[in-house]
Amino acid sequence: MEKQNMICVSCPLGCDLEVEIRGEEIEVKGYRCKRGETYARNEILDPRRMVTSNVRVSNGDCPLVSVKTIAPLPKGLMGELIEALKQIRLEPPVQIGQVIIRNFQNTGIDIVATRAVGLDSSDQKHEPEHELKKVSEG
Amino acid sequence: MKEIRVDVLVIGAGAAGMAASIESASRGCHTVLLEREDCSGGVLNQCIHNGFGLHVFKEELTGPEYADRFRRQMDEKGVQVRTVQFVVSIDPSKKAVITMSQEGAVVFHPKRVIMTTGARERAFGSLMIPGTRPSGIFTAGVAQRFVNLQNRLPGKKIFLLGSGDIGLIMARRLALEGADVLGVAELMPFPGGLARNIAQCLNDFDIPLHLSTSVVEVHGKDRLEAITIARFDPKTRTAIDGSHKKIEVDTLILSVGLIPQNELIDSFVQIHPTTKGVVVDSMMRTSHPWIFAAGNNVAIYDLVDFVTLDGKTAGQNASRFEETFPSDTLPIVLGKSVGVSIPNKIVKQGDPFILYLRSKKVIEKGIVEIGPGLIRRTRIGIKPSEMIDIPFTQKDLERLRESNLDRVYIDIQEGS
Repeated sequence: MEKQNMICVSCPLGCDLEVEIRGEEIEVKGYRCKRGETYARNEILDPRRMVTSNVRVSNGDCPLVSVKTIAPLPKGLMGELIEALKQIRLEPPVQIGQVIIRNFQNTGIDIVATRAVGLDSSDQKHEPEHELKKVSEG
Repeated sequence: MKEIRVDVLVIGAGAAGMAASIESASRGCHTVLLEREDCSGGVLNQCIHNGFGLHVFKEELTGPEYADRFRRQMDEKGVQVRTVQFVVSIDPSKKAVITMSQEGAVVFHPKRVIMTTGARERAFGSLMIPGTRPSGIFTAGVAQRFVNLQNRLPGKKIFLLGSGDIGLIMARRLALEGADVLGVAELMPFPGGLARNIAQCLNDFDIPLHLSTSVVEVHGKDRLEAITIARFDPKTRTAIDGSHKKIEVDTLILSVGLIPQNELIDSFVQIHPTTKGVVVDSMMRTSHPWIFAAGNNVAIYDLVDFVTLDGKTAGQNASRFEETFPSDTLPIVLGKSVGVSIPNKIVKQGDPFILYLRSKKVIEKGIVEIGPGLIRRTRIGIKPSEMIDIPFTQKDLERLRESNLDRVYIDIQEGS
């Protein structure tokens, strides 16, 4: 029998989990919701992590667009994903939810944009968002 | 000079300000949200990691996604967002807010002001660490802005001081970007950030966490060349002889705490002497009836969801002009185990609210006692890094009104 202590990373509560492995059987204690039990099982059998990073954008109003995996990625593929993201150059506009990589390494997991990037319009970038209508002159 | 009359003026377009302005505008108030940066969202824009929204949206979002949801609601409800505009001063006697923008000075005359100015990071200068003053020392938020918004890597060989959440998240971010993250030092005997961030940001990347350890000297002429760390006695908080170790690094990143930002109002609004946050009641009113407040300028929260909820409360109550406000409040008095409470006062005739507490120490199993005799809640695994949230329901308020308490005492007792 093997015992392992781990912290559930499913949400910011971070439950302290105690996992007992008896051959095929895995017993989990200390979780406050079902996700904790699932997390502990996966952590033994197939550890996965959500990955967030950035991809470069040429001529955008921001040089980067933030991206995420739509589901936790096998931990071993994290480094490979970061490398793949470094090779990409996007052109604006980029929309939130836009697929940047489809089905990464046949995992069925897409990488999507988490922010919008528009065209660089630096000449008028610092104009206030509101219209310049004067309400009253003081 | 331009003068503008508005119903509600919200200062700072981070999570609290966006939530407050949406609530105010959706109650039909002409609401203006001021932001000194060129877009709304505050620190959420650079927090590209996930973990936001579990309470508010029941799903896990990244910072930019969380901000985007509120931006859409602001458009829908007709919040007027004015960016690249900052507040110079606030005049409580004339009820005027003097601002500067690209069109020059603009004076607002709001019926109500909501302060959602957030916090700033504690800087290197305040740590009094001996040594030279080279480049290469950044606060975690600045490093995060460089990496996530400006595509700049602050350095190659990096050490972090302080184990706050932004620091832990930056350790992972920098490791993923190919920097050599040599370690994290924490002066306290326990980590400052969430347990899950120790697991997924440090343990996953084999980044060592040195507890009861701090940086005692920095070295380098123009650029940082090395730091000296030492172990600290947790009781005396002095460095232990012979535990000094020099580490070659080119970058030191600080995650050593946030300070509520209240310079605009601290001369006429009650500020908490130890937390430096604005003192608020359970309706998010400050000591000045014209001014409401929510977010990290009230106290440092650990979840943006809680900031959003308190921002909403501030927005809802700030837009109640016609009603006479209940004035009877009871002060909250903290026992020796509790460091922070939000709010600081309870409005006896007010609405139900969520009480947030921060424990001063790690307690395996503890009972939160409110009243005394009003609410008792058992909580497991109490940590200073994780706020305790306790709903204060209508029933609890009724019992408070029936009691003859003249203050509400809160403490955490060990045991069950």
